[in-house]
Amino acid sequence: MRVGIVVFPGSNCDRDLEVAFRAAGADVTMIWHKETSLPKGLDMIGVPGGFSFGDYLRCGAIAAQSPICRAVVDHAKAGGYVLGVCNGFQILTETGLLPGALLRNANLKYICKTIPLTVENTDSAYTSGYSQGEQVMFPIAHHDGNYTADADTVARLEGDGRVAFRYADNPNGSTADIAGIFSQNRRVLGMMPHPERAADAKHGGTDGQALFRAVVGAMQHA
Amino acid sequence: MKARVTVMLKNGVLDPQGEAVHHALDALGFDGVNGVRQGKVILLELAETDAAAAEKNVGEMCEKLLANTVIESYSIEIL
Repeated sequence: MRVGIVVFPGSNCDRDLEVAFRAAGADVTMIWHKETSLPKGLDMIGVPGGFSFGDYLRCGAIAAQSPICRAVVDHAKAGGYVLGVCNGFQILTETGLLPGALLRNANLKYICKTIPLTVENTDSAYTSGYSQGEQVMFPIAHHDGNYTADADTVARLEGDGRVAFRYADNPNGSTADIAGIFSQNRRVLGMMPHPERAADAKHGGTDGQALFRAVVGAMQHA
Repeated sequence: MKARVTVMLKNGVLDPQGEAVHHALDALGFDGVNGVRQGKVILLELAETDAAAAEKNVGEMCEKLLANTVIESYSIEIL
């Protein structure tokens, strides 16, 4: 199972994502943002967290226009898997692969802490390793994590079971406590909390391991 | 030719920064402020000399990059 992780200037979680995928058994290739095409044979793309292009203009807006993102969008549209975490989630909404947008946190504060999430839907390659309604502890570290979408979009996400994770105690004002959402085919997942920072006991938690194991396992059996 | 693009959060989208400024104005005793919205201004220096062509081009820039039209509205002034 081969994963490509995009490296943008300013991203600081690309290696964390690499380590988490490797620990789950994936082969990982790092891809510079100026590349115009993806290496052949990738099963999935990771869009990491951090501060791509210094969060200038809007978080993720400049990264979303980088050459490699056109290839990432094509990969997703062809049915490929894409995981976007934190700034990666912001980038995926900016590309239009996922609906909605991430606004400044409602309390205007940067929040960095480990918080409880509820697994809302286990019917995906990412979340099949959890049980429905299970509570997991993932770290968050963001200033612009306030998920917003119009009422129709939220109703569609809810109706189609596309809310992947919900905050147990909403830290940032997100609509409907949404912490992560799937694409229509559930192969693209965008989420503000960091599963890759909860994938090693030495980092204080292992609740994220099940996500990486599940998705790597799903690819290997595909 | 210059263009000034003003990007604002759409009406109805919570603007925490505007709210914070509003509270600070209240605290300073400036009553009578009914609302505050905070946005950004982007100044572009363009090689284009035709105002209509410039406006069309800047509109495309707004749609593609300068504004996120899910949450933001924009206005363009050709200067």
